[in-house]
Amino acid sequence: MKSNRVMRTPGGLSVRLDVRAVTVVVLLLLAALAASVLLIGTGDFPISAGDVLKTLAGNGNAGQEFIVNELRLPRVLVGLLVGASLGLGGALFQAVTRNPLGSPDVLGLGQGATAGALVMIVLFSGSAAQVTMGALVGGLATGLAIYLLAWKRGVHGYRLVLVGIGVSAIVTAVNGYLLTVSDIVDAARAVVWMTGSLSGRDWEQVWPLLGLCAVLVPLVLANARGLRMMEMGDDVSNALGVRVERVRALLMVAAVLLTATATAAAGPVSFVALTAPQLARRLTRSPGPNLLSSLCMGAALLVTADWISQRAFGADQLPVGVVTGVLGGVYLLWLLVTERRAGRI
Amino acid sequence: MSADGATNSGLNHQRSTVNRLSAEDVTLAYDQRVIAEQLSVEIPDNSFTVIVGPNACGKSTLLRALSRMLKPSRGRVLLDGQVIQSMPAKKVARTLGLLPQSSIAPDGITVADLVGRGRYPHQGILRQWSAEDERVVQESMAQTGVAELADRYVDELSGGQRQRVWIAMALAQQTPLLLLDEPTTYLDIQHQIDVLDLCAELHEEQGRTLVAVLHDLNHAARYATHLIALRDGRIVAEGAPNDIVTAELVEEVFGLRCQVIDDPETGTPLVVPAARKARARVAATEAS
Repeated sequence: MKSNRVMRTPGGLSVRLDVRAVTVVVLLLLAALAASVLLIGTGDFPISAGDVLKTLAGNGNAGQEFIVNELRLPRVLVGLLVGASLGLGGALFQAVTRNPLGSPDVLGLGQGATAGALVMIVLFSGSAAQVTMGALVGGLATGLAIYLLAWKRGVHGYRLVLVGIGVSAIVTAVNGYLLTVSDIVDAARAVVWMTGSLSGRDWEQVWPLLGLCAVLVPLVLANARGLRMMEMGDDVSNALGVRVERVRALLMVAAVLLTATATAAAGPVSFVALTAPQLARRLTRSPGPNLLSSLCMGAALLVTADWISQRAFGADQLPVGVVTGVLGGVYLLWLLVTERRAGRI
Repeated sequence: MSADGATNSGLNHQRSTVNRLSAEDVTLAYDQRVIAEQLSVEIPDNSFTVIVGPNACGKSTLLRALSRMLKPSRGRVLLDGQVIQSMPAKKVARTLGLLPQSSIAPDGITVADLVGRGRYPHQGILRQWSAEDERVVQESMAQTGVAELADRYVDELSGGQRQRVWIAMALAQQTPLLLLDEPTTYLDIQHQIDVLDLCAELHEEQGRTLVAVLHDLNHAARYATHLIALRDGRIVAEGAPNDIVTAELVEEVFGLRCQVIDDPETGTPLVVPAARKARARVAATEAS
């Protein structure tokens, strides 16, 4: 049974909240923040959670302040923002394609961003900033290519997934080619980038991500009600007065921007975009795109994965993408097995 | 337009009154494939209009154009005197509802939630769920007889129940005009009659204007107050079923030899196809 609460004012304003979904969002937010505090305390110079909080509040000693504010906080913020962007981007893609496999990992956006980054690393031996730009351009171009190739009197879920898988295969081949022609130093750098890592991220990566999220998250949430109607098919949502093609184009652009920027900042961290919306949905048990809970789930997942990799293997030994890949792969298998038992595939 | 109007008997006298929904000289096409050309249709206010015709005659396409799902490549569809495409989407959705053939019930949605989604055109970001929304949803579920299913999941309902839920969702939209695209397809006979009875009730008791595409000519003749017979994207005849349904019309529209008798229950026309042997004999004499 659903647990909706409605609040109404005498002026005719009304807000409807799904209590369970709100609870899930709050708990995930707390989990993400707790993992962040632990992550800031983890490293060659461990700092207790209490000291981390004290330092963040501005009451730490000079040494702690440097380590926390200059070295570790920006890295954790990048992790939170990348996770949030991937979670939200994944939820948008899955809702628009009406398919849990319609996530940016499967559609080839990660591979597209990788291609852009590899071109900068291998062909131009570019700086870190140039690699980031390359990844951004690669991701956006791939998103645009998929959208245009899938267009036929509007974009429909199934075609988008199939075209995306095709584009993904082509771009993967290009990436393989770029790696084989590169020399060993560039190749090593490329492989680290391709795994997805948060090490060495600083405030330079935080600001563009934060700015983009500040613009896109409200924009996306304002269109969430239309997206919820689109679950019922294009005809029904059109009949209800949703401008389906416009909402879809807008949300696709937002999702591609979020995913490409996140990938440019941290590399193609695998499976967060695929798993976060599905996990969020299982927690809220609510139909609809579950945008906010997917966003929080993505942030919590990524920071927790980074903390696990640092605790288990030591500082900066294992890129976070390896952990999310293992967790996500296990989750995907579990999903396939349960779906199969339920007779859906 | 004048040439077209002349061939469609019975159309001219209706032009004098202004109906809420009409199509003027529309050409309907999917990409290059033209379904209908220069088609003009008036939906009489407060009628239960049923569009019939053989497969691929353009009846569903016409309904899609009337409900602005398909933009005519020529001509225009008018709603309350305005070109429907130029009106704000939510405003149209408060005037004209559509029950399409294909709709997807989201995973794990309850009946009450699905019906509640019909309130979308009446809502906004600051007006998400008013007392009025609540009342209309309860009323729509009661009218369609699904009130006791309110907390059930839509996935676990039977086909007939599910169709009632979708109709309830369209009702919650509270539109004076309601368009239904083959609402009885995939239902067994008892549920077909059930859904049509519900439509007749909505028409008679609430004064809504209904437009439906139906496959079954006898159902159409029994329930429609206004019948539109289409063939190859043209209107062959339109009017009250008692006035227009004849053996000749059925043969012209569907290419089927038949007798038309009075329905013993309602007195409306009842189409009885000629026996296979009789049809074969006629075909043989025609061929010789």
